[in-house]
Amino acid sequence: MKKKTQKLIGLVMAVAVVASMLAGCSQKLSGTVATDGSTSMENVIGALGEAFMEQNDGVTFTYNPTGSGSGIKAVQEGRCDIGLSSRNLKDEETASGLTATVLAYDGIAVIVHPDNPVADLDVETIAKLYTGEITNWKDAGGSDAAVVLIGREAGSGTRDGFESITGTEDACQYRQELTSTGDVITAVSQNPDAIGYASLASVSDSVKALTVGGVAPTEDTVKDGSYVIQRPFVLVTKTDAKLSEAAQAFFDFATSADASDFISKAGAVAAN
Amino acid sequence: MGKHQRFIENLIHGIFLFLGLVTVGCVLLITVYLILSGIPAIRQIGLLDFLLGDTWESTAKEPSFGILPFILTSIYGTAGAILFGVPVGFFTAVYLAKLAPPKVKAVVESAVSLLAGIPSVVYGLVGMLVLVPGIRQLFHVPDGASLLAAIIVLAIMILPSIIKVSVTALEAVPQEYEDASLALGATPIETYFRVSAPAAKSGIAAAVVLGVGRAIGEAMAVMMVSGNVPNMPSLFQSVRFLTTAVASEMAYSSGLQRQALFSIALVLYLFVLLLNAALNFFLKRKKEG
Repeated sequence: MKKKTQKLIGLVMAVAVVASMLAGCSQKLSGTVATDGSTSMENVIGALGEAFMEQNDGVTFTYNPTGSGSGIKAVQEGRCDIGLSSRNLKDEETASGLTATVLAYDGIAVIVHPDNPVADLDVETIAKLYTGEITNWKDAGGSDAAVVLIGREAGSGTRDGFESITGTEDACQYRQELTSTGDVITAVSQNPDAIGYASLASVSDSVKALTVGGVAPTEDTVKDGSYVIQRPFVLVTKTDAKLSEAAQAFFDFATSADASDFISKAGAVAAN
Repeated sequence: MGKHQRFIENLIHGIFLFLGLVTVGCVLLITVYLILSGIPAIRQIGLLDFLLGDTWESTAKEPSFGILPFILTSIYGTAGAILFGVPVGFFTAVYLAKLAPPKVKAVVESAVSLLAGIPSVVYGLVGMLVLVPGIRQLFHVPDGASLLAAIIVLAIMILPSIIKVSVTALEAVPQEYEDASLALGATPIETYFRVSAPAAKSGIAAAVVLGVGRAIGEAMAVMMVSGNVPNMPSLFQSVRFLTTAVASEMAYSSGLQRQALFSIALVLYLFVLLLNAALNFFLKRKKEG
């Protein structure tokens, strides 16, 4: 009896394998698209991947949230099809045979505790706060309290973006260096004197996003460039190697106008 | 014994030997890998600059890789956790092993086991939402994420290993010792602290070393409450441990920075090796004594 069941299971499995192979032979797209990289791009790439898999149900889409540097390395070493980076490629990375395609723009919101009376700062004041030139909120239009600077860890795309836009590279006097956007938001929401920065898409009601130079961080202000603290979301591919059929289809989809809805729903601003 | 039987015996013997060797192989593999990937950065930076340098700016234009702040923070943090954790753990163990009524003992022991089973990320989250704001308000400092917060979290995390091993050691003290002490007129409390505890001291020392091992190797919980800035350690300052130095930058690291992170891991590994040697030393003394 037991043997019979085993045989039956074996037969079913064999049929399934043959069927899936036949399905692969037809016109329908199949295979896997492996992406790897920036954790800040999780919302955007997750939405795109889901939509892409819905349209092509033979394709498996994977996303490995490791960080921009790791993603770039992964595509270099051929461990994934498309690398995801939330910063532009460095010259040496481009020289090593990689191409960057801007997928979207992400505003970096400067956030404070909801009880903080400060609502607007300009980039210069933000830079002064982060470099420790201003250490008390009363010098930035707030109440008399020490400023607590919260940021991301060295190597993070968000930190790189924030510091290069505000011109504070290697000069920030952080009180806390946290390893995820969520941790930064939690830490700022717990301390009335804290200031932090986080991807616009992830900002929630537990913190207050400041206007920068009078411009509120919204999709429109990021897109038209009037909100200045923003950075690109980049798809990284090898310059001389061809993408697999499935990966190329995803690349075309992600950079097409059809994708812009998904990108904006995920909180970023589509480039195309 | 038939030929067939002997073959099966040998076969099973071989399988068990192989499984045992898998463990040894893993340890060797990790050791060799850590040494191979940890040495290049140390060589490039210079051993003294690496171990005794007091600035860590891994992504600056002119990066510096000094891990003295991490080493000191790990030592201070672990020592602080031991300072808070060992007295609490030891007295709890004495109470559980000698004084507690069976029902209370059952409840407390299952609570201790539960404490051991809580994932470290949960400790970190509770620390971040309760302990860090609490320290901020209690001590009137600008921000509560500090060495103190990490020490408190670590002290709680090492309690289960200290309590469990100490209880086992105290319960293993021969009844005759205590009977003799009581017969000579000592009170029960005198007996527990003057006779039982000294008789169990190598076991208790092993418990402390286990606690140190747990504290020095913890990354997740500490990362969430200590603020993670590579400052020289100070109680209310944001600090970075050896473990969190590796964990927080690994994701985005590249080049020499990444290699240096492996070197930090190697230093941490050497610390843990030393601790294991200490543990073996205490356990051996226990057998002989």
